[in-house]
Amino acid sequence: MRFAFTDEQEQFRAIVRRFLRERAPITAVRQQMATTGGFDRGLWQQLNDELGLAGVHLPEAVGGQGFGFVELGIVLEELGRALTCAPYFATAVLAAEALLQVASADEQRALLPAIASGQRIATLAWVEADGRWDVAATTLTATPTAGGPVLDGRKKFVLDGVTADLVLVVARAPGSSGEDGISLCAVDAPCSGLDRRALATIDTTRRQAELVFERVPARLLGTLGGAAAALTRTLDRAAVALACEMTGGARALLASAVEYAKLRMQFGRPIGSFQAIKHKCAELLLEVELAGAAANYAAAAIAEDDPQVPALAALAKAVASDAYMHTAAECIQIHGGIGFTWDHDTQLWYKRAKSSEVMFGDASYQRERYMQLVEATA
Amino acid sequence: MSTHDESTVRAEARAWLQAHWDPRLSLIEWRSLLADAGWGMPHWPQAWYGRDLPVALNPAIEEEFDAIGAVGVARIGIRLLAAATLLEHGSDLHKQRFLKRILTGEDTWCQLFSEPGSGSDLAGVTTRADFNGERWLVNGQKLWTTSAHHAEWALLLARTDWDLPKHQGLSFFIIDMHQRGIEVQPLKQMNGHASFNQVFFTDAEIAPENQVGAIGDGWTIAMTTLAHERRGADALRRWGRASTRAGRIYDEERAEIATVMEPYKWYPQRAGRVDLVLPRARATGRINDATVRQEIARLLMLSQSAEWLAHRARHAQELGRPEGPEGSLGKLAGSHVARAAAHVHTLISGADAMLAGADGALGGVIAEILLSVPATSIAGGTDEIQRNIIAERVLDLPREPRLDGGPFRDVPRNPPRPR
Repeated sequence: MRFAFTDEQEQFRAIVRRFLRERAPITAVRQQMATTGGFDRGLWQQLNDELGLAGVHLPEAVGGQGFGFVELGIVLEELGRALTCAPYFATAVLAAEALLQVASADEQRALLPAIASGQRIATLAWVEADGRWDVAATTLTATPTAGGPVLDGRKKFVLDGVTADLVLVVARAPGSSGEDGISLCAVDAPCSGLDRRALATIDTTRRQAELVFERVPARLLGTLGGAAAALTRTLDRAAVALACEMTGGARALLASAVEYAKLRMQFGRPIGSFQAIKHKCAELLLEVELAGAAANYAAAAIAEDDPQVPALAALAKAVASDAYMHTAAECIQIHGGIGFTWDHDTQLWYKRAKSSEVMFGDASYQRERYMQLVEATA
Repeated sequence: MSTHDESTVRAEARAWLQAHWDPRLSLIEWRSLLADAGWGMPHWPQAWYGRDLPVALNPAIEEEFDAIGAVGVARIGIRLLAAATLLEHGSDLHKQRFLKRILTGEDTWCQLFSEPGSGSDLAGVTTRADFNGERWLVNGQKLWTTSAHHAEWALLLARTDWDLPKHQGLSFFIIDMHQRGIEVQPLKQMNGHASFNQVFFTDAEIAPENQVGAIGDGWTIAMTTLAHERRGADALRRWGRASTRAGRIYDEERAEIATVMEPYKWYPQRAGRVDLVLPRARATGRINDATVRQEIARLLMLSQSAEWLAHRARHAQELGRPEGPEGSLGKLAGSHVARAAAHVHTLISGADAMLAGADGALGGVIAEILLSVPATSIAGGTDEIQRNIIAERVLDLPREPRLDGGPFRDVPRNPPRPR
């Protein structure tokens, strides 16, 4: 499916889209983004009970639907389009993928069913205060004890970190450096020694937290000290997932700009009849379609275990970052003054675009990473 | 009633080729056999040198040609656009007189559409055809005419009625290029090549039977030609490759391909030569410069995404979803890729980017890229026109108010270009 979705995939997309349009319209997004928790547990339950979305790509053996990364990408594109407030990315992408990549079969059987059903909200605590996205930057330590590892340190930019029931923590062995000594540990939250603080985010539709660990007992997942490569794969897959979500958001913005350009009258004509506006829209469509083609291709490559995934992930994320941000900026421009107001919905997607542009590494970071990968394979 | 399944058609083609293929024939003799048997253009109608086979079977039939080493009919160049147009709109007389000589390669054709005064706005042509009671007399000027200097015949779009609105006053003709009223001059481009011509008409003559379709149908017929031009771009690349086999008939085919493809030799440079970027960056060491790396990655990512987008459009077509104006997205993407590539080649070449020819980077290839890329966003429809098409036909944005309605006579237009 590298180039076109099947009819079944298109039907699945239509179901998700209709569900979100009916149950999570933008008015609901505005309500949820003003609450402390940041999302509606009732909606989260419906997403999972009725559509099984959190487990869409997880194996049936652990309660998932057994579809692949392409279907996950479709869900994310629709969530991005609707700007749905839900701990989906943290749970179904970051935590689930980390478990799939790092954890043993027994550990997966123990932890994934509650994720697939949406019963437990989970997240991955990866990045620290310096904002570096490579696993080698980890400083939080996991000190081995007779009762398992004990965690000390800080994590930042943790998606849904305050509401998560299960926190997967990237940690290193005391005294180790680089990619050596990296482990993944699980912590049930809340727990003593773990302090969770909500961060004030630009994008209030997706929550982030700072987590401080002081002698927090944890469970080791996978092999001790050998998780770096699997975590890097997790981050590649998360970048592709985010790229899919971003193209959905960019499509929503472009549709809104085009709609407005047809209705808004100035100088006795719809502004969309001026070439200054229509050419802008045409260029945006090209940019969004290019980003969509790249994200879909990368998602299909993951589904097929293509060895090119790391480079494709960097490519998809870089192209999506530029396209989403550019579409967001131009969408405001096309709306004119009204587009800059709080009451106009464009600002909500703009904020998600800005936040997503940076998450997992911005376009410049991804371009450099891409060059390193291209050179390594030459 | 013949069946159209691939193995039967392959077997029929193979049997016919085994019985008839003879490399000792001249190119024209062989192609004449081929045209009469219908194996040269198997998707054409049975009545006109074809076999009414689905176009999807052509690749299989071509494989049979390749297997035995047989040469095909003349399929490159403007002549095939002429053939497609005449098949659809020509009279039986046109088909009898012109189609076979097109397939044998005896006649080459050119297309007299664009003018100095009408580029993007093709329907604004002002070359006129007036009927004097016996024949049509043509006066005016055409531009960007590929192959006009060696063409026997041409497709001509000319204005026959100045009182009708712009699109309705146009008619379509076949014109003999070897006559006193026609003067062809090469048009030298900024990259030094002269791949096109300008054509001047002074009372050039057209016999009445060489009018195509009805008077006033010119615009519709020209659109057919242009649609075939867009579809034929891929085929040109494939068929433009000559066989490496030895023998007189192959020599003749190679000479034909060399002549027809000559105007297109700088087209890869026009598209930006993305393939040269990484090797050049490594060879010059510029790959170690952080700024250059960013721009290289930006280009490679754009070019790769554009390829996937094109694949997606093609795949959707294969699934039977309609071919839409999405082609304009691909055309626009190509302009972005070409410009980005020229920018990156400049960064990589440094001071050498100022030099051309043997002194220039890569023996002048880089200079040719830098001086050819500006054509990409103009030829075959400017970026601005593509953006209009995307905005109006894909995004359904309202059209710009028009100022060219009413009798064409009264529409503001460009002054004639001095010779």
